Amino acid sequence: MTVIDNMQPSDESIAAGNGVIGQRMLRKEDPALLTGEAVFTNDMKVPGALHLAVLRSPYAHAQIVSVDVSGALAMDGVLHAYSGADLADQWAAPMPCAWPVTDDMKNPPHYPLAVGKAAYVGDGVACVLATSDAIARDALEAIDVEYEPLPAVIDLESALADEVIVHDELGTNASYTWPLVIEENEGDCQQAMDTSAYVVKERYVQQRLIPMAMEPRAVVAMPQPFGGDITLYTATQIPHVLKVMTALTLGIPEQQLRVVCPAVGGGFGSKLDVYAEELLCVQLARTLGKPVRWNEERGENTQATIHGRAQIQDIELAADENGKITGLRVRLLADMGAYLQLITPGIPLLGAFLYGGVYEIPKAFDFSCTGVFTTMTPTDAYRGAGRPEATYAIEHAMDALAREMGIDPLELRRRNFIPKDAFPYEAYTGLVYDSGDHDKAATVAEDLVDYAGVRARQAEQNTPDATKRLGIGVSTYFEMCGLAPSRVLASLNYAAGGWESATVRVLPTSKIQVVTGTAPHGQGHETAWSMIAADKFGVDPADVDVLHSDTAIAPLGMDTYGSRSLPVGGVAISMACDQVIDKARKIAAHQMEANEDDLEFAGGMFTVKGSPDKEMPLAAVAFEAFTAHDLPDDLEPNLEMQVTYDPPNFSWPFGTHMCVVEIDTETGNTEVLQYVAVDDCGNKVNPLIVDGQVHGGVVQGLAQALYEEAAYDSDGNLQSSSLAEYLVPAASDVPSITLGESITPSPTNPLGVKGVGEAGTIGAAPCVMNAVVDALSGLGIRDIQMPASPVKVWTAIQEARNNTQENQQ
Amino acid sequence: MDVTITVNGQQHTHDVEPRTLLVHYIREHVGLTGTNIGCDTSSCGACSVHLNGEAAKSCTVLAAQADGMEITTIEGMAAADGTLHPMQQAFMENHGLQCGYCTPGMVMAATSLLDENPNPTEDEVRIGLEGNLCRCTGYHNIVKSVLAAANS
Amino acid sequence: MIPAAFDYVRAESAEEAISLIGQHGDESKFLAGGHSLVPLMKLRLAQPTVLIDIGRLTDLSYIREDGDMIAIGAMTRHMDVENSDVLKQHVPLLAHAASHVGDPQVRHRGTIGGSICHSDSASDLPATTLALGATYVAQGPNGTREIAAGDFYQGFLTTVLAPDELLTEIRVPKMNGAGWSFQKFNRRAQDWAIVGVAAWRRNGDSGVGLVNMGSVPILASGVSSALASGASIEDASAQAAEGCDPTSDLNASIEYREHLARVLTRRALEEASAS
Repeated sequence: MTVIDNMQPSDESIAAGNGVIGQRMLRKEDPALLTGEAVFTNDMKVPGALHLAVLRSPYAHAQIVSVDVSGALAMDGVLHAYSGADLADQWAAPMPCAWPVTDDMKNPPHYPLAVGKAAYVGDGVACVLATSDAIARDALEAIDVEYEPLPAVIDLESALADEVIVHDELGTNASYTWPLVIEENEGDCQQAMDTSAYVVKERYVQQRLIPMAMEPRAVVAMPQPFGGDITLYTATQIPHVLKVMTALTLGIPEQQLRVVCPAVGGGFGSKLDVYAEELLCVQLARTLGKPVRWNEERGENTQATIHGRAQIQDIELAADENGKITGLRVRLLADMGAYLQLITPGIPLLGAFLYGGVYEIPKAFDFSCTGVFTTMTPTDAYRGAGRPEATYAIEHAMDALAREMGIDPLELRRRNFIPKDAFPYEAYTGLVYDSGDHDKAATVAEDLVDYAGVRARQAEQNTPDATKRLGIGVSTYFEMCGLAPSRVLASLNYAAGGWESATVRVLPTSKIQVVTGTAPHGQGHETAWSMIAADKFGVDPADVDVLHSDTAIAPLGMDTYGSRSLPVGGVAISMACDQVIDKARKIAAHQMEANEDDLEFAGGMFTVKGSPDKEMPLAAVAFEAFTAHDLPDDLEPNLEMQVTYDPPNFSWPFGTHMCVVEIDTETGNTEVLQYVAVDDCGNKVNPLIVDGQVHGGVVQGLAQALYEEAAYDSDGNLQSSSLAEYLVPAASDVPSITLGESITPSPTNPLGVKGVGEAGTIGAAPCVMNAVVDALSGLGIRDIQMPASPVKVWTAIQEARNNTQENQQ
Repeated sequence: MDVTITVNGQQHTHDVEPRTLLVHYIREHVGLTGTNIGCDTSSCGACSVHLNGEAAKSCTVLAAQADGMEITTIEGMAAADGTLHPMQQAFMENHGLQCGYCTPGMVMAATSLLDENPNPTEDEVRIGLEGNLCRCTGYHNIVKSVLAAANS
Repeated sequence: MIPAAFDYVRAESAEEAISLIGQHGDESKFLAGGHSLVPLMKLRLAQPTVLIDIGRLTDLSYIREDGDMIAIGAMTRHMDVENSDVLKQHVPLLAHAASHVGDPQVRHRGTIGGSICHSDSASDLPATTLALGATYVAQGPNGTREIAAGDFYQGFLTTVLAPDELLTEIRVPKMNGAGWSFQKFNRRAQDWAIVGVAAWRRNGDSGVGLVNMGSVPILASGVSSALASGASIEDASAQAAEGCDPTSDLNASIEYREHLARVLTRRALEEASAS
């Protein structure tokens, strides 16, 4: 095993490939998914399983006075029923929060079923085990819970004012305040605010979002017949982290637990967690000695699975008379929800390093985030996890600055871009951006959208009486992904590491196995990882098997989130392949009686320079390694190497998005006429997969801008609790997407790759909202908060028109 | 009550509660789990099957209503020798799926769409799939897949 | 997701259906296409004890000319209304409105009769048939009666149908070449209208039906009277929200709905007048 960091890139290693990397190879995952053969967790057939159903609080905030499960127990088919109090002694520890962002962070104990108090609508208070899902759910209605309702806490500023305390034992709703002040001299930021030619002061609301993966969560916990082992099948993005956390929370030996992800139907961060139902199923299966399963209905999912975003952002952006940024101050008020789940408190902080965007920012940066508890579903990672929020704030504020200065927003950005030759660039934060070419990405986008042409059309079309107004939006972004080097995570108090593991083995019968610690849920890792190996070995990707998502088969890993799988996991695989080839080379050289240096390896074959009759295929080397009849003295048998790679840096994809919108001023409706995305994620292993990630990411960002909001009423009821009310758009509601090309390899890893899973989402929301405000600013409208629903846009237009009339009177 | 439904050409008879939804019948009684459940408000279309040849949301039909009818599920789309249906093939060639959870319903809706409109425009495809939600693909490649299938 | 338990019976004829519902009483309901009722049952917002499945009453699925009227059987599915050549020729507004109901899967199963009896003011066909001056035919144990659309809708999800009456037919006057327009405003294409307008016009005559502007579908008779007495489209449409009682929800305030009613009525009349 080797831990490698600080690896320098090798242009040779990319060039020396066998031509597989970069192909738009069709996905290996597809046939099983297309024919219905793929098994998602709730597809599993588990004879004799007990079905778990969870009774959830209908109140956002209430004392639980009593729980009477006798009515449920009396029903046919109901085997067990428990209140939170009944199970209180089952847990060795509260549910984990793996990111104590500050030493004094307040983290109230959170158990799989609430005892004493329910803290959000959806908080589990009791559960039932029955012979079928239908009976279990019927039985919930027979459980009698007496609640004493308390006032809900919905508004973040009221939460911060501690008008009503959510967790009595804390005495406050504030969980933490985390500052990041970067100044040459103390007071620089304030000075910039005081003395700069321009200061824009903006407040933005990142509305609460529901990740809404199409597969609702599901769990099957299966105890093994002897020995106390238990297998947890679950729709998760984090089998390895979940294994450790489950063992700790239940107080069971980690080695007795195996976590397996069947096919997982999307995650976007919502399956990056340790959930009550997973813990309940495992613990009940262990104690009862029977399989226990649970599946989530969508109406449950919208309440019982984590939400995203939910911040109030106050940003002050100072600039000199030319529009060069002189200072930046950000205050965040972040909604934790009722409890801290796995990385809830850290999400807003992941964006802290990105408020400077793609611009040259001096050390006059003052950031602080306060996390507060409310009586709503807990928040946690959702596609982009803190970085879309940060990008929104800077990109939307830049447009505000451009309008104040009376210059074109693209021009303002160009004045501030970090120039290409400045990379690797040490930013104001001390982080080093690996590579970037913002002007190129912007130019490609500009040409594709015909920026000048749209501006000309806009000038003609947007007369004061125009029914339909045209707007063009720009966003230029950096994304910080791959999560991080483990040492950086340590400095942030993040409780896990940032490495990834790969084992590559060539079987005696010549097929190649890649064992990865990544946990795909739609990203095509089986395809992409087999391409990496096939490219190294010169074999057909069909001859490479990728094993993943089972902690018995792939015991080492840090799972999939944060756009980390390729820049960390894929790189680990390429390194393991290199090590296997090195060993194979030694064996081949020994057996062909040649010098290692004279060996060439291509197309799966070792040849000897100058001896055209000597060759040894990889398959033969593998078999020789297996029989071990004639190996060099210091070499062990078998052809298998394991690498754990800890990245030396984040990876920094970047890009420019532009879009054209048309707003019907009579209805407030926004139509996106055109969307262009230029996303530079370095080298692309499979451009087909990359394109798909960008498309999907863009639509989620666009949906935040125009459609989605997890709306709560003042009593803390989620009003948009179904897909009928929570507006995930369909194909009919979104545009096609034009992709532009920009490839700037990363110098920090030998594949030259960066992540891309979240980039589309990061660029999209500010792009669309910049277009919306661009269309409307001519009417005197300063800003619109997301989502730019028709009623909101129309109302803003009315107010602006009334103001104009008043001003004219 | 007994219901008899022909599923992918094979007749099945099961005793079910009247409240059994067709999607649960297919998944639990017949044992075909390719048809997925993504919502509870008939919004997402992941459960779409062909009922007497037309796409229908099997979560919004009672098994009892489908008694005596013929349904085709995703498992019935490929040929007996495993050759993918042209729509399945088009989805694969155009990267029309990522996690695959919405895909069975999307394929069933798309084939029904082409049955009724063999040569749709891009707009007609988008409107034709208004009842099917996907969270992964952003629809761009799904539309491309359907148009490719129409041309094949 | 799983409805509460109920008993299920299947009717083989309209008469049998009526007899069955009489037997099983107030907590029983007819099941037509099921695409209004089953969703409510899955959320347990409706919990009938007996469902009487009328889905096999295929002789109630028809579209035929009947003199000046077109007679549409209550069990006719939305897709058949949408694709009907007879309707496209004689009542194109209705064929077009049907194409906006839900999505294709819903339209393959849902029926015009089911939609009308469900009486959701946010549905497209009640307001459209109201605008067209339809009459609905109901059959009960004591015979049949015809009910003018304007008299049919009583309140939120409530009609004048007796518990033991079955809607059998929707009768719509031929449009005779009148111009028409259907304006449905929503966030996503599959959604119910935030506000919708179904309108037809031939010279001084017009009919304007409003979707989702109150607890019942609304006939904007003030708009039609204004047009008839020579008002401009602009002026006539300005009255569209009169007598309406729209609600506010996640998508719209009352004021916004009233505004949309005026704008969409104006646009509908402009389009109807242009053809």
